[in-house]
Amino acid sequence: MKTDSKGVLEGVHFLDGDFACGEGAMAAGCRFVAGYPITPSTEVVERISRRFPMMGGTFIQMEDELASMAAVVGASWTGTKSMTVTSGPGFSLMMENIGLAAMMETPCVVVNVQRGGPPTGLPTMVGQADMMQARWGSHGDYELIAMCPQSPQESFDLMIDAFNLSEEYRLPVLFMMDECVGHMTEKVVIPPAEEIEIRPRVLTKTPPGEFLPYRVNGTSIPEFARAGDGYRFHSTGLTHDERGYPVMSEEVQEQCVRRLVDKIRNNAERIVRFEEDGVDDAEVVVVAYGITARVAREAVDLARAKGVKAGMMRLVIVWPFPEKRIQALAKKIKAFVVPEVNYGQIVFEVERCAYAQAKAIPCPHGGGGVHDPEKICKTILEAAK
Amino acid sequence: MSMVAEKPQLLEPEHPIAPYLRMDRIPHIWCPTCGIGTVVKCYATALADTGIDCDKVSIVSGIGCTGRVAGYMKLDAFHTTHGRAIPFATGIKLGRPELLVTVFSGDGDLSGIGGNHFIHAARRNIDLLVILVNNFIYGMTGGQNAPTTPLTAKSSTMPYGNFERPFNLPHLAASSGAGYVARWTCLHIRRLKNAFAEAIQRKGFRFIEVIAPCSTLYARHNKLGTGLNLMQFYHDNAEIRHGEDTRNVAIGFQEKIICGKFRDEETPTFREMMDSHYRTILGDKYLPMPPEGGMIHE
Repeated sequence: MKTDSKGVLEGVHFLDGDFACGEGAMAAGCRFVAGYPITPSTEVVERISRRFPMMGGTFIQMEDELASMAAVVGASWTGTKSMTVTSGPGFSLMMENIGLAAMMETPCVVVNVQRGGPPTGLPTMVGQADMMQARWGSHGDYELIAMCPQSPQESFDLMIDAFNLSEEYRLPVLFMMDECVGHMTEKVVIPPAEEIEIRPRVLTKTPPGEFLPYRVNGTSIPEFARAGDGYRFHSTGLTHDERGYPVMSEEVQEQCVRRLVDKIRNNAERIVRFEEDGVDDAEVVVVAYGITARVAREAVDLARAKGVKAGMMRLVIVWPFPEKRIQALAKKIKAFVVPEVNYGQIVFEVERCAYAQAKAIPCPHGGGGVHDPEKICKTILEAAK
Repeated sequence: MSMVAEKPQLLEPEHPIAPYLRMDRIPHIWCPTCGIGTVVKCYATALADTGIDCDKVSIVSGIGCTGRVAGYMKLDAFHTTHGRAIPFATGIKLGRPELLVTVFSGDGDLSGIGGNHFIHAARRNIDLLVILVNNFIYGMTGGQNAPTTPLTAKSSTMPYGNFERPFNLPHLAASSGAGYVARWTCLHIRRLKNAFAEAIQRKGFRFIEVIAPCSTLYARHNKLGTGLNLMQFYHDNAEIRHGEDTRNVAIGFQEKIICGKFRDEETPTFREMMDSHYRTILGDKYLPMPPEGGMIHE
C-alpha cells in the first residue's frame, strides 16, 4: 500500500544522513520513537521530535537505552510502527530487549550510528566495529536483518525497506549507519507519498477463540494480533509453544528457536542485497559497506589504473550475508580485500564463505577516520600478486 | 432402547474469577502459602467489580515470581525482560492510548533492576497502574537480598543479616510524583481489592505495594514459620493510617507495617501534558496520536 502522506516531506533537500534517516522512518509510517541522546545519532530523534506532533506520532525521550528498546517493543505490539536510535554504548544496552523483540517476533527498527569503541571510544568519530554485535549481540540464538547505507539518500531509501522487512519477517531490523554517513550532508530526493510503497502491519483475520499467537500454518511467520483487539494473547521471552505459553523442554526449544533462525536462513537468498561493479573480469574483489564502500571505490579505480583487474562488491544488507555470491566469486578470483573501520569483522565472514578457494585479506582501520584509498589500493596490488 | 438412566453429570461450578485467568495454565508455579495468588484474585475481582472492558486491558510483567502473573491473566499479556516491565508498558500505553495498562511485578524487578524506570515513569506521570508485590526477597532465584529486605533480616546472600538500608517504596513513589500511592498486605483482601478497583478508575501513575509472604525462602531464612504465621503477623502488626506522610511508612524487620492509601491526587498525565502543550504551541497544526494507535494498517 502507499504510505501516509503526512510523514512524507516530498522534495529535493540538502540533508545529513541522520536527518535523512529520520525522514525515511516517518515516510515509512513510523509513529512511535523512544530514544536516549547519544552522539552521533541524536540528530535523528531531534528531527523526528520536531515533525512528529504534526503527523500523529509520539516521541518520548526515555531514561536510558534499556527503557527505549523495551518501550519500542511494547509500542509495536499495539500495531504502531516503532523505532529507536542510538550509537555503540546504547546499542550494547539495548541488546537484551533486541533479543526479546526477536523472541516475541516484534517488528521494529533499531538505528545504530556507529562510532569508535569500545566503551565510550570516539563519541564524535566514525567506526564500523559493531557489525558482529549486530549479528549476535544478544544472548541466545536468533537471526536478524542488518543494513548499511552509504549516503544520506540511501539513509532515506533503505529506511523504507528496513520497516518493510521488519513487518514481513516480524523482527528488529538493525540500521547500521556510521558517523560519516550520519553527519555527511548531500542532496536527498524524497519522492511523493504515492511513490512510496510500504508494508502495513497485517492483522490476523482469525477470530479470537481460534487464534494462536505463534501458530504457523505452513509458513515461517505467525499471524499478528495487536493488544486491545480482544485476542487476550500471551507473549513471553521464555521458550514458548504456539499458544505463546512457556514450555521448558528440548522439543519446544527446537521448534521455537529453530523457526526464529530458519525464517531468515531459509529466506536469505531473497533478503540479501549487494551491488557489484567490475567483478566480471576481476582477479581481486573489494568487499565493503557503509562509508568504506565509497572510499574503496576510489581504491578500485586506482588499482585498475595500475593494471590490476579489481572489482567492487558493496554490501547493502550485511546480515543475512550473501554467502552464495561470495562462494561463487571465490571460485574465479584470486582474493577478496575487505576494508572496514574495525580490526576485522566482516572479513572473517568473507573468509568463511570463500572457503580457501580465494584469499580474504583484511584492510583494517581502527576508527576515528576512514581509510586512505592508497592503503586499500596497496592491499589490492599485493593481493593480485 | 435402553431403559438404564444415564448417570447424571455433576455440575462443577466455575470459580468466579476463572474467566479472568488462563485456566489451561493452572496449576500455577507458586509455592503453597505464597501470597501472590491472593493478589491476583483481588486484581481479577477488581476487574470484575469495575466492569471494565477487559479486551482493552493489557498486563505487563517482568521476571521473578510475581513476574509470572501476566502469564496467568486472560488479558493481552506480556512477560518481558527483567526490570523492563514499566518501559514496555509505557510503549503500549503511548502506542495505543485508549488501553488500560497494568504492570504487575515484584519488588526486585521493579525497584531493583528496574528502579530507574520506576522513578522516571512516576516523574512523567505515565498512565499506568503499577502493582508491586513485595516479599522482601528475590524469590525465583533462591532468596537473595533485595532492595526491600528489612535491616537485619537474613537472606541467602546476607546470611549474617542484612546491613543495607532498604527502600521505603511508597515514599519513593510519592516523592517521584505518583498521584495514587497505597500499601496493603495479602491479609487485607477486601481493602486490597477495593484499592485496585479504585486505582483502575484513576489516571496517571498509580502505585500499590502489596506485602506478601514468602514462606519458602524469606520466612525460612528468618525462622518466621509458615505462610500462616506471616498472615498472623500481618494481622497483629498491620496498622491502617490513611493519608499518612510516606516518610513514616518504612518497614523494619518484624516491625509494624503501616497500610492505607497514602496519596490520592489527580495530576495531568504525560499524554495530557503533551496534548495541552502542543495545542497551545502548535494550534491546529498539532495532530495527536489517535486513541487506537498510530497505525497504518490494511
